[in-house]
Amino acid sequence: MTIAAGLLAALMSACGAASNSSGETKPSVVEVVTVAAAADLRYALDEIIGLITRDSPNVEVRVTYGSSGQFLQQIQSGAPFDVYLSADLAYPQQLVASGSAKEAGLFSYAIGRLALWVPDGSQMDPSLGLEILRDPKVQRIAIANPEHAPYGRAAVQALVTAGVLADVEERFVLGENVAQAAEFVASGNADAGIVAISLVLSDPLRGIGTWWEIPETDFARIDQGGLVLTDTPGAWTVRDALVSPAGREILERYGFRLPQGV
Amino acid sequence: MDLDAVSVSLRLALTTTIILLVVAVPLAAWIAFTRRRFAPVIEAIVALPIVLPPTVLGFYLLVSLGAQSPLGRLWIDLTGRPIAFSFTALVIASVISSLPFAVQPLVTAFAGLDRRLLEAATVLGRSWFGTIWHVALPLSRAGLITASVLTFAHTIGEFGVVLMVGGNIPGVTRTLSIDIYDSVQAFDYSSAAVTSLVLLVFSVLVLTAVYALRRRGDRGWVMS
Repeated sequence: MTIAAGLLAALMSACGAASNSSGETKPSVVEVVTVAAAADLRYALDEIIGLITRDSPNVEVRVTYGSSGQFLQQIQSGAPFDVYLSADLAYPQQLVASGSAKEAGLFSYAIGRLALWVPDGSQMDPSLGLEILRDPKVQRIAIANPEHAPYGRAAVQALVTAGVLADVEERFVLGENVAQAAEFVASGNADAGIVAISLVLSDPLRGIGTWWEIPETDFARIDQGGLVLTDTPGAWTVRDALVSPAGREILERYGFRLPQGV
Repeated sequence: MDLDAVSVSLRLALTTTIILLVVAVPLAAWIAFTRRRFAPVIEAIVALPIVLPPTVLGFYLLVSLGAQSPLGRLWIDLTGRPIAFSFTALVIASVISSLPFAVQPLVTAFAGLDRRLLEAATVLGRSWFGTIWHVALPLSRAGLITASVLTFAHTIGEFGVVLMVGGNIPGVTRTLSIDIYDSVQAFDYSSAAVTSLVLLVFSVLVLTAVYALRRRGDRGWVMS
């Protein structure tokens, strides 16, 4: 029995160590902010976090990148995020409407742009428009999952506008989020993709393949919106950085358009 | 390689292994020695995580642990924090998905024991638990080590459930296997390559250890 009790004690201490370790390893002055961010922000946000780290050394930002719709579901299930950066303003608005967060925390930070992108070695010329996807040589077309990724939804709308959806949809490969869709193109596993311009302009992808901007009139505007979920100074620091002049300058460099009057 | 992810994976695997050994020893002994008609049903339930897609387990866990569920609400009342997407949720998911890897080697080991030893212990006045603890377990050391090592390794390698109930939060629920997935999506192939290589080497070592241990139990067959 004593051994069993010992095992139990070891177990309890292991659980205890597990549950508070994230606080233990850091000095108590550091405030950890967890951010759920749309995958199109991956590189732009990393730069903005660089600004935060420089200006507010007591704030440590931890980001999870994924699809906006999945984050909505996770936050509704109680995921412990402090800030939600969605690629679709409607999702954070939904959280405000359901009472999960206060309206004061809602903000617009960017307008997304969409690119048709073909990998290195492709014979396709994306500047001819979405029509090129009809070509049977384009065997796989990467888009983000339109069910829960705003960029995937915009891609489908653009294909509908161009009148080619029915011809191409059986060749779709769906990324869990727009960064995964871009990864399919960058690795050459897809012959074309419709992705966020912020990704094709990022350091790892710039110069790979060729791309063309899909006219913004071809799909519903990608209004990217954020939400402060926990009313903590760190969460507001992240929000403020995104709408600050320096933050906006970075977003613009990554090909986002900026909303007026923030 | 992301050291936070290393730490999350190691803590998760250690916690899961300890919990599972406590659970699996009596469960495996019961399975190995019982004559109940419904024993195969219990065995089947224990083996389920091997054949069930991790997404099925992940779905049920999300539904049962979510903030809207009774269990999720109870947890929030008790601790003030939601259970889904926490380290605790990962532990629950890993305990369930690694259960067969802890139980089955122990069942095999217990089933191979000489029953007369167990009967002797019972005749001499040991309780059921006493017999398992003092007689069966010491004789099944190889099974116990195999169960621990496989549980630990399987937990390190778990991906689907962990992504669904953990949600890839750095330092909290981002394990090594999720870190690789994340690195690939970030086009950070060099980081993905390093972590993948580490896990590959780790898995080869673990399996070699398990098979070496199994060999030592055999007498072998020597031609002379």
